[in-house]
Formats: sequence, structure tokens, C-alpha cells
Amino acid sequence: MPSTPPLIHVDHVSRDYRLGETTIRAVNDLSLEICSGEFLALLGSSGSGKSTLLNLMAGLDRPTSGAIHVQEKNLAALDSQGLARYRRETVGMVFQSFNLLPRMTLEENVELPLRLAEIDRSERSRRVAQALDRVRLGARSKHRPSELSGGEQQRGALARALVNQPTILFADEPTGNLDSTTGEQILLLLREIQDTLGMTIIMVTHERPLAERFANRIAVLSDGKLIDHFAMQTGARA
Amino acid sequence: MKLRDLSELAARNLREAILRNSLTTLGVAVGVASLVAMLSLGVGLQTLASDRLTKSGLFDAVFVTSRREFRGPGSDGPRKSSATTPKENPKPLDEDARQKFAALPNVVDVYPQIRFFTDVRFDNNTYSTNVLGVPESSRSASAFDGITGKYFSSSTAEEAILQQDFAKDLSPQPASLVGKEITLRYAERRALSSDEIAKEKDIDAQLDAMMSGGISIVSREKKLRIVGVIESDPSAGIGGFGGGRVFLPIRVAEQLHAAQANDVQDFVRGGGNGKPTYAALTIRVKNPKDVLKVEDAIKKQGFNAFSLLDAARSLRLVFTVFDLFLGLFGSLALTVASLGIINTLVMAILERRREIGVLKALGATDGDVRSLFFAEAGAMGVVGGLFGVTLGWLIGQALTYGTTIYLRRQDLPGVKISYVPWWLAASAILFAVAVSLAAGLYPASRAAKLNPVEALRYE
Repeated sequence: MPSTPPLIHVDHVSRDYRLGETTIRAVNDLSLEICSGEFLALLGSSGSGKSTLLNLMAGLDRPTSGAIHVQEKNLAALDSQGLARYRRETVGMVFQSFNLLPRMTLEENVELPLRLAEIDRSERSRRVAQALDRVRLGARSKHRPSELSGGEQQRGALARALVNQPTILFADEPTGNLDSTTGEQILLLLREIQDTLGMTIIMVTHERPLAERFANRIAVLSDGKLIDHFAMQTGARA
Repeated sequence: MKLRDLSELAARNLREAILRNSLTTLGVAVGVASLVAMLSLGVGLQTLASDRLTKSGLFDAVFVTSRREFRGPGSDGPRKSSATTPKENPKPLDEDARQKFAALPNVVDVYPQIRFFTDVRFDNNTYSTNVLGVPESSRSASAFDGITGKYFSSSTAEEAILQQDFAKDLSPQPASLVGKEITLRYAERRALSSDEIAKEKDIDAQLDAMMSGGISIVSREKKLRIVGVIESDPSAGIGGFGGGRVFLPIRVAEQLHAAQANDVQDFVRGGGNGKPTYAALTIRVKNPKDVLKVEDAIKKQGFNAFSLLDAARSLRLVFTVFDLFLGLFGSLALTVASLGIINTLVMAILERRREIGVLKALGATDGDVRSLFFAEAGAMGVVGGLFGVTLGWLIGQALTYGTTIYLRRQDLPGVKISYVPWWLAASAILFAVAVSLAAGLYPASRAAKLNPVEALRYE
């Protein structure tokens, strides 16, 4: 267990879904602590509850029971406004299917979280340019998502996640829609961001080799329960 | 989210589905246009009617008589009249009373009705006709709008305005009469005073003088210059200016002392004291709303007063109900248009479900999402409202144009039947925005309540 106080403390969290007459427990009494600056990979097969856990920690969903403390704030106790602020100020999100808005250029997509956070326009353009440079997409800023490759789209989504300078970056299967080379490039970029910005990264994946190669720690889930978690050897990183 | 960002995002979203949003906005525009066209018709007809009625001089006038024996409309009736003790002498409607009425607040003019039958000589021919004294206030009441020539140069000018039918008797080209002279041949009356009667030596002679009416009739002539010819009768009615064929300024008409039909009655009323009294006076007030106050003030002074304000009130009531119904019919189209907005926005929610999920994941509050949909609905309302008002105005113009063509074929002057005042245009736009926002209420709240996880899962 990490010795420093945890950034995220998942405390006996359960999440139930109703599917017709039956209730499905996607996360089952799960507890987990994540320290600041960690790169944690949530590993598990399909339906193991890893994405549900990620959504709960990202403030996109609420637990049925239990508590999730982030920076000592209980997410379960926040109202919808408070959760929105948490997602806006503390969290950055990257999805498997990129989720860039097709009507907007890359630049406008990256600017979106700054609009929501009511940042001044002059500051916005500076931050957008900085974020796009970080993911090496400065030259494609005026392109629409449909004009970008999958890897570029995911890098664009990463720039959008970083532009608000969040504390935690959540990535839900970020390489799921990419070929292995491009996927690796994305994970290298994530590692670079972790190293340079000291950001905490929590990534959901079902690709164990990639998780073992890039993450500091791996938490394995099955049937909504945490069945294993372990730190990776430094040497395992490439 | 800041208002500017919200507007930019809303505008972008509207532009992206340009065809569907344009059709929805057109629906709003057609709704607003039908509302504006209907109401502009109501307002136009009301304006037309009240304009005509104002010109008639019916609704800004108070008709005053003495309380002696007059039991016309508005008098207190036999019961109250009989309540007046016989000893109490009712006030005479004389020059003093006229001055007092003129001093009342909001009174524009006080004048008797001078109307007499006379001969007019023109170009060595004699014509019999009616002469009417016209008060100075008729100048501002625009009763003589559309005159060929001009109105009297002053209230004492020895000038005449001819009614067109009469002018046609004088000359086949009435307009050519302007500037020419006519001669009135009329009977001047002179009431003999009681002193003059008393001068008669014996009682028989005095009785003879009284029996002959105590009035002497002298034939007189008066030359008047024609200054104008008026096509239509500037309307009749109590205190109105109509019913005459030759119009003179009332002061000139008064100075003629022409014998009128009610002279004998007037003489008897005068009580033989030689002081002229009036059978009735018409008081013109600044605004129809002043009529009641003036009427009350006159009644307090001990005279009978009567106005047609009640009739005007019922007329307003009729038009208000008329407007209400026109508005309701117009609103039906707007209601249908609002269903179009609801449909468009609900469809947009389905299409943009994932986008809503992304916005929420990026930190948009429920309020941000709601505002965005509201802004889109509001924008459709504003654009639809502006376009609709223009369209409604054009429909009104077309109606006026069509009516004018029809009326001209019937040899009638064209009228403006549709009128869009600024308040109607502004209210229609505001109403369109309000209806659109109300239509956006349900879709916006549905969008705001979307669960981000479910929305992101949507393909």
C-alpha cells in the first residue's frame, strides 16, 4: 500500500443496475486507494466492472453504496453541480471512441472544456495551442475530426483532456480503437504526460501486456470485485 | 457557460442542421405572420372606425340644453325635473353660460348650432340650400380632410366651403369654383325687446307686437368667397358638422343673425328680456376621455348634458372582443409551430445524445445543457418572430392593396385596413420567443437530465 495519503479512496463501493426485473451488481463492495502521481491500470475482462469503477471515480456516475473520496471530498455527497465542477476542474477524460464533436475543428474541440470553465478568450487560445503542441498536433488544429486519423483523433482527445490542467486523467480503453503501433504511441504519450506533469493516470484496459509495460500499478477486476493489485517493477517499463 | 459562448455553440448547432432548423423556424414565422396579419387587421379596422368616428365629432362632444322643458336624451327626465321647485328659476343657456363652459378645463370650443335654409346666388342663378356654421375646432378634428382648396383662413373670414354635390349644381367643374364669390340671400331676425313692446301705446298694440312674434325679419345679402369644395359630407350627428351644403365659420354665421327654425322657441325662452339664449350648445373637448368630466361639471352648473360616450365604450368593447378572437385564431398557427419546435429539439436530443454525454463528461452542468437547448429554441423564436412580423406586415399590405382595388372598382376611396403598430410587432416577436422557449422547456430539461454514462454509450 502506498505510504503517502491516497488521492483517491474507493471505500466499499457497490454499483447496481436494474435490467428489467433483475439487478446486476457491476461493482461489488470494492475498496481501492490510488496515490497522487500513480499510473494505475484497471485490468479485467469484458463485464468485470472496470469501466463502471472508472466512471464512478470520474464523477460520471454515483455508487449505489459506499463512498469515493477524492482529495478528501466524498463524490457521493456532491450534488450534480458539484460533480460537474469536479469533472471540469479535477478530471480529464479520454474515451475508447475518442468522442471528439464532429461539427467542430480540433482546436474548437480542445477549447470546449475551457468554454465550460469560463476561461478568458485570450487565455484559451494560449492553452489550446499548448495542449495541441504537447500531443504534437499543432499543425492540424483547423481540421475536423473526420479529417484526422484514429491516432490523431485520440491525441486530440488527450489534448482536450489536458487543457483544463486536471489532477487526474481517466482513460477508458484509450487504445481499443487503434492498431497496436498507434496504441503504443498513445500510451507513450500518457507516460510522458505522467512524467512531465506529475499527473495521476487511471487507465482501463483489457490488454495486459500494455498495462504491464506502461503502468506503475495494476488492479485486476473480476465480477465487480478487486481480485488482485500489484505494483510493477521499474524494469518492466520500457 | 458565458452567454457569448452559449450563443456561439447554439448558432453552430443550428447551422449544422440547417434545413431542419430552417423549416422549423419557417413554421414559427408562419405562425407569427398569421397572428400579426390577424391582429393588424383588427387594429387597422379599429383605427379606421375610430378615425371615422372622431372625424364625425360624435365622441368628443357634449350636447348641452337648458333644464327648462327639454326632455331629450340625457335629461334628468320628468321625475327629477318635477322635483325642481317651480320657484327655482332654471338657468338660461345664454352667452354667460357659454363663456363659463368655454372656461372649463379641456374644453376646446363651445358653439351653438347654426343651420338655416337660404338662397344662394351665383352666376345670375339662384339656388336654395342649407347653410351650416362650422366651429373652429373642426379644423383640428380633420373633418375637412380631403378638401379641394383650403379651410377657412380665419374664424371670422367671410368665406365658404361648398359640399361637392351642391358645388356641382353651381358648376360642372367644382374645383373651378374656388376663389369665386357667392351671395347668400337670407332672412335676418331681430327680436324686439320688451322695452320696444312696452313703447306701444295701448295693450292691444302690445299684444299685436307679441302676437307677431316680437321678431322682425329683414332680408339681407352677404357676399362670401369660396375657399374650398369638400367631396364627402363631413358627417352628421349631434354637434357634428354635417348636414349642410354651404359651410361658414361659425362666428360669421352667428353675426348674420339668420332666422332659424327654432327662433320662435328661442324668443319665448329669452323671456323677452332681449338677452339672446341658445336652444342648445355643443361643447367640444380635447379628448373623448375628457367628456365625462366636462359633462359632470356642466350638470353641476344646472344644465342638461348628454354625450355619446357610452356608445363609444360599447364600440371599444366590440373591437376588443374582435381583437381577442382574431388573436386566438392567429395563435393557433403559432401553437402548431411550437409543436414543430418541440419535435425538432426532441429529435436533436436523440441525435446529439452522445454529444450531450461528452459535454457533461467535460464538466458541463445540467444548467449548461439546458441553456444550450433553450438558446437554440429562443434563437428559432427570434428569427421566426422577426421573419414572421415582416411576413405578417406584407400580408396586411397585400390585404390593404386588394381591398383598395376592390373599393376603387366600386367608386369608393381606398382605406388602410391593416395596420402594424410598433407594439404589435414587438409583442409578436416577444410572444414568438416566449412560445419557443416554452416549447424548448421539455426537450431542454430532458437533455439536462440525461445520464452522462448512458449518453456516452449511445451509438
